[in-house]
Amino acid sequence: MNAPDTQTQNLASYNFAYLDEQTKRMIRRAILKGIAIPGYQVPFASREMPMPYGWGTGGVQVTAAIIGRDDVLKVIDQGADDTTNAVSIRAFFAKTAGVATTTSTPDASIIQTRHRIPETPLHAGQVLVYQVPIPEPLRFLEPRETETRKMHALEEYGLMHVKLYEDIARNGRIATTYAYPVKVEGRYVMDPSPTPKFDNPKMHQSEALQLFGAGREKRIYAIPPHTDVVSLDFEDHPFEIQHFDQPCALCGGEQVYLDEVVLDDHGGRMFVCSDTHHCESRRADGHRGALLGDEPGQDKEAMA
Amino acid sequence: MSHSSTLEALAAAGIPAPVKPLLTVEGLTRVYGKRIGCADVSFELWPGEVLAIVGESGSGKTTLLNCISSRLTPTCGTVHYRMRDGAISEIYKMTEAERRHLMRTDWGFVHQNPIDGLRMTVSAGANVGERLMAVGNRHYGNIRGAAIEWLARVEIDEDRVDDQPRTFSGGMRQRLQIARNLVTEPRLVFMDEPTGGLDVSVQARLLDLLRGLVSDLGLAVVVVTHDLAVARLLSDRMIVMKEGRVIEAGLTDRVLDDPRAPYTQLLVSSILQV
Repeated sequence: MNAPDTQTQNLASYNFAYLDEQTKRMIRRAILKGIAIPGYQVPFASREMPMPYGWGTGGVQVTAAIIGRDDVLKVIDQGADDTTNAVSIRAFFAKTAGVATTTSTPDASIIQTRHRIPETPLHAGQVLVYQVPIPEPLRFLEPRETETRKMHALEEYGLMHVKLYEDIARNGRIATTYAYPVKVEGRYVMDPSPTPKFDNPKMHQSEALQLFGAGREKRIYAIPPHTDVVSLDFEDHPFEIQHFDQPCALCGGEQVYLDEVVLDDHGGRMFVCSDTHHCESRRADGHRGALLGDEPGQDKEAMA
Repeated sequence: MSHSSTLEALAAAGIPAPVKPLLTVEGLTRVYGKRIGCADVSFELWPGEVLAIVGESGSGKTTLLNCISSRLTPTCGTVHYRMRDGAISEIYKMTEAERRHLMRTDWGFVHQNPIDGLRMTVSAGANVGERLMAVGNRHYGNIRGAAIEWLARVEIDEDRVDDQPRTFSGGMRQRLQIARNLVTEPRLVFMDEPTGGLDVSVQARLLDLLRGLVSDLGLAVVVVTHDLAVARLLSDRMIVMKEGRVIEAGLTDRVLDDPRAPYTQLLVSSILQV
């Protein structure tokens, strides 16, 4: 199925998508088990990858195991298609698998992401692959792996609420803004990787398949399409997402997650969409934000 | 007169119906290789009763306590517990989920060192509220209210509710640990040297508090101590252990005032007189 072709011939020593077929089968088995038990962390024999831990080795292995020749890959890092991590991983698969890449969310069949879910709603057939640094939501409360596994097995999740209680006691509200714990399909408590809690509602009943890979911690977990994903909260302190006072400075978008960009050393700053594809496509549609400059060509016309 | 009508007559006369033991321990043995932790220990504990297990260090007190409280699997022997619904369950035949649920609802365990029983990096309020959250309480205001109420009962000021226990003194930590255990209103509490490591005035206040809580709540308590004064103040009955075996058992006053076994006589005569 994966015989070398002209595009990968200059990398004859590598198999299609870098990993050998046995490894891919092993990872696929872990993925299938993860899909069968939504939210459960499946241990897998994570491999060394040609990149350091913390740069998405788990996500890359999951992507390598599921990618095929017909797939179109998009990689984002904090929502952006043009940062080092995203560019490198996209180039890695373009080289080792010869697949088409894109920055467009609707056109991609696989989207590997570091810490964001695209603003454009995902559709059926798409796969969202998360890079996960620490898959265990209970880790900072209970350091022993033997104990956390037992807590998952026995569904003892009171400790998770102790953390939220502490948040409210110290800050008057739940101050956790990222890696906000969720309960999947009424059973497993899961860490949605360090995505902002703004993105938590997008995981609920998503059309797309969501896969999570943690390379250093050697865990894979999954949320199949149309699965209930509920953020934990208290009755008198319900879960809520971040709100921004102003729209995106470039595209004027509202109800989107914004990044703060410092402009100068006099306190100047702007808030722009963290999802670059979303921002660009809105601008292409003629939406304009307060700080959007004119195209150089338009400037000349205005002067003339 | 039938049995049930006898019970009704007793109830009508204000005499409580005869109760069954809360905890029944039979032939409990724990060995560590060739060494004996505790051997062939049997006793019954009745609702609202305080039982002290005394003996010198190394006599198997803590091993016994851990075996009863399901923290350490015994080599042989059984522990039966009467659940709230009246059914008698054998602790080591329950599923682990049931046992752990029992341990954080109907049971409590007060460690000698409060660091072992508290979460030192979360606030006092969260420490007390943890058991409530573990059994499904999801209302912040109610949990916090219960925590403040329990802190008051163990004489910790309300304004310390958001402080971490590492800022507390030894006596306060121990009182916090007690509040944390009692918040789910358990019927049975295990205590391992609850006053160990505290100075005498703090010890006296803690014992006073414990006595009050035990009688107010009708708690059954198994308390391990090497301090005979603690045993005399707190307990109704006591068990004296030596080299893993029970050498004397009886009412606390009887054992302390009229010790029979030579070792108990030695133990009682070793108390320092001030």
